[in-house]
Amino acid sequence: MTTASTASTTAIADVKDGAARTARRAARRRTALVWAGRIALAAFVIGGWQLSTMWGIVDPFFYGQPSGIWKRLVELFQHGTQFGSFYQNIWTTIQEALAGFAVGAVTGVVFGVALGQSRYLSDVLGPYIKMVNAIPRIVLGSIFIVAFGIGVTPKILLAAVLVFFIVFFNAFQGVREVDRSVLANVRVLGASRMQITRHVVVPSALTWIIASLHSAFGFAIVGALVGEVLGAQSGLGLVIKTAQNNFDPNGVFATMLVIAVIVLGAEWLIGKLERRLLSWRPPAPTEANSL
Amino acid sequence: MASRNDVATSPGTGAADQADARIEISGLTKRFLTPAGEVFTALDGVSFTVEPGQFCAVVGPTGCGKSTTLSMVSGLDRPSEGSVRVGGREVEGITDGVSFMFQTDALLPWKTVLGNVLMGPVFRRVPKQQAQASARDWLRRVGLAGFEDRYPHQLSGGMRKRVAMAAALINEPRILIMDEPFGALDVQTKAIMSTELLSLWEQIRPSVIFITHDLDEAVALADRVVVMTSGPGSVKAVFDIDLPRPRGSVQEIRFQPRFIELQHQIWDTLREEVERAYALTAGGAA
Repeated sequence: MTTASTASTTAIADVKDGAARTARRAARRRTALVWAGRIALAAFVIGGWQLSTMWGIVDPFFYGQPSGIWKRLVELFQHGTQFGSFYQNIWTTIQEALAGFAVGAVTGVVFGVALGQSRYLSDVLGPYIKMVNAIPRIVLGSIFIVAFGIGVTPKILLAAVLVFFIVFFNAFQGVREVDRSVLANVRVLGASRMQITRHVVVPSALTWIIASLHSAFGFAIVGALVGEVLGAQSGLGLVIKTAQNNFDPNGVFATMLVIAVIVLGAEWLIGKLERRLLSWRPPAPTEANSL
Repeated sequence: MASRNDVATSPGTGAADQADARIEISGLTKRFLTPAGEVFTALDGVSFTVEPGQFCAVVGPTGCGKSTTLSMVSGLDRPSEGSVRVGGREVEGITDGVSFMFQTDALLPWKTVLGNVLMGPVFRRVPKQQAQASARDWLRRVGLAGFEDRYPHQLSGGMRKRVAMAAALINEPRILIMDEPFGALDVQTKAIMSTELLSLWEQIRPSVIFITHDLDEAVALADRVVVMTSGPGSVKAVFDIDLPRPRGSVQEIRFQPRFIELQHQIWDTLREEVERAYALTAGGAA
């Protein structure tokens, strides 16, 4: 009896072990396939571009060439630009984008939380905010440059304006979505207005706010770049503008690549912040769970 | 403010201010303006009294204004006419010493179990160490010792209800208001939770108003059952439940002859209202 049951337990363990091994193998195979697909796609697009320029189907003078972009990129990093080293230009743009991002995000959250909680404020200010939002805000860059010159201030302002609206609308919506019974509960428990904001409203809106930060940083970079294209003494926007004036598409693409890396880096940092601040959330169901 | 702190910090004072825990609801009327501009009467002249330390269940068909009544007792909402008096004082603003348990669990998902139970003391500015100790004690009392650092989403529905119960009781309320607290639970868990609620209630004896759809639950738990009519809500009948206390297991009491007798009596009154409400909603749907 005992031996029989031990034997069957071992058998079950064996089956379980086998199942786990098969599942792991399937998961590994899938990851390998995904990566193979990714690499193949990149090779197809970049290789196709390179080949079609080499065979003369596409004119590299207008559309650039991957090998040329790489050469230009190395050149930029080694020899810099006519307005200082490439690193310096990168740093200028990052500074402007970060400052604009910070200013826009903080004001967006403050206004969003305030208007989300006050019916009166939101009724009064709501139409104006919608109107300002309807203006193509990039054009504000021209005004900022006229008003503040070609230093970093107009770029920061433009980036901040772009970021503000994204964060504001998300924070506002997040505050509006606060669970009614949770609010009633903390009110009955004796929470003051400040305590409600701190313990309930802000954490609840945080999910929305952080989701908006992902796209907001992209807009901060757009604001900084457009400001620089409109008029600047240094920055990646200026590098792009100069490359454009020199009929140098490779220079434009090379700078674009650098910007993409910056945005991806920021995205990664925001992702880390998100996981930290929202660690209370249930984990999203992933493929691995259903194996 | 001082009285709030007393209630929150010194356990066992609940019995001392007994008379404070009397709830008198008289001529309570609530009207709403519908979006179409019509006046909708949700409650019409509701009157009943809950004696200090009494467990009062309110039953009635869907949409009879039970929840509206509760929000006026807790001070979350104001009556159009009539009044709610708690301990002889008219309710204006959030009533002192009240705790509320909702049907949906009103826990904060971004706070741990301990953090959720701590909310009451933190809002009342109880010193941190004292608050922590009392929160841990309450978690132990509801059988959740060892779960302090979990987040609500990591718990089962029944466990979340226990957290909500600890969070509601930690302030040692004079009055406990419960709006179908176990409505979303499965039958077995509900029975266990009801039994536990009874034993916790017997420890601190707040006055309770307990809304439910479940007549069995009402009779098993309550000293007094208020039957409400449907739209506009008003009191149809009040029954006193003379089953002896302590009642022990809620599942056992259902088989006592007296329980069955009372249940039948109340159901006869309630049935008519439920049917009327059902006909209304069914008619509205057609």
